[in-house]
Amino acid sequence: MKNPLDTLWGTVISGLVLTVVLYYLARAMMGA
Amino acid sequence: MTWDFIQLGIGRWLHIMAGVMWIGLLYYFNFVQVDAMKAAAADSPPTGAGITRHVAPRALFFFRWAAVVTVLAGMMMLGDRLDDALLFRDKAYVPIGIGAWLGLIMFFNVWVLIWPNQKKILGIVAATDEEKNRARRVAFLASRTNTMMSLPMLFFMSSSYLFHSRAMFG
Repeated sequence: MKNPLDTLWGTVISGLVLTVVLYYLARAMMGA
Repeated sequence: MTWDFIQLGIGRWLHIMAGVMWIGLLYYFNFVQVDAMKAAAADSPPTGAGITRHVAPRALFFFRWAAVVTVLAGMMMLGDRLDDALLFRDKAYVPIGIGAWLGLIMFFNVWVLIWPNQKKILGIVAATDEEKNRARRVAFLASRTNTMMSLPMLFFMSSSYLFHSRAMFG
């Protein structure tokens, strides 16, 4: 599989996915 | 002049100014320079020497030192709550704790992975062609990792304050 960080769009999409994952992690840690 | 004014007022101002320079140059490298250098290398004869010699070293200087100022000002703002944020001991500090960890990992990448490898690529320290090729790949992936992490880092930095935090995290 190609590394998504090799392309700019792959990097941006990976960043957006990471943001969503961390957002729900933060909510869970805060008991929200 | 109170300590609050320096810690929270001046600290926040410095943090944002240095952060704009750090992440602005990170985006310059990733959104502009990488593809520009590829295009310049494909020219006949190659035309990228001026960027390598005059632009990249200056951009990297402000890039890595802006990272230092950003992190120090951020730590100054958190003050004696720094450990609460980094160890997630207080629920209200979870968002800024996640943002701070992302920023610290990015700071590590700048000083431990990007800058030492860029010194080999730019000829500031001696390196064989094989070492230069490896340095290019490591510096590129570290820079791309930072670009990826800058998205959630900026999200948590901008949503960690008062009503922004309430709007995002309830």
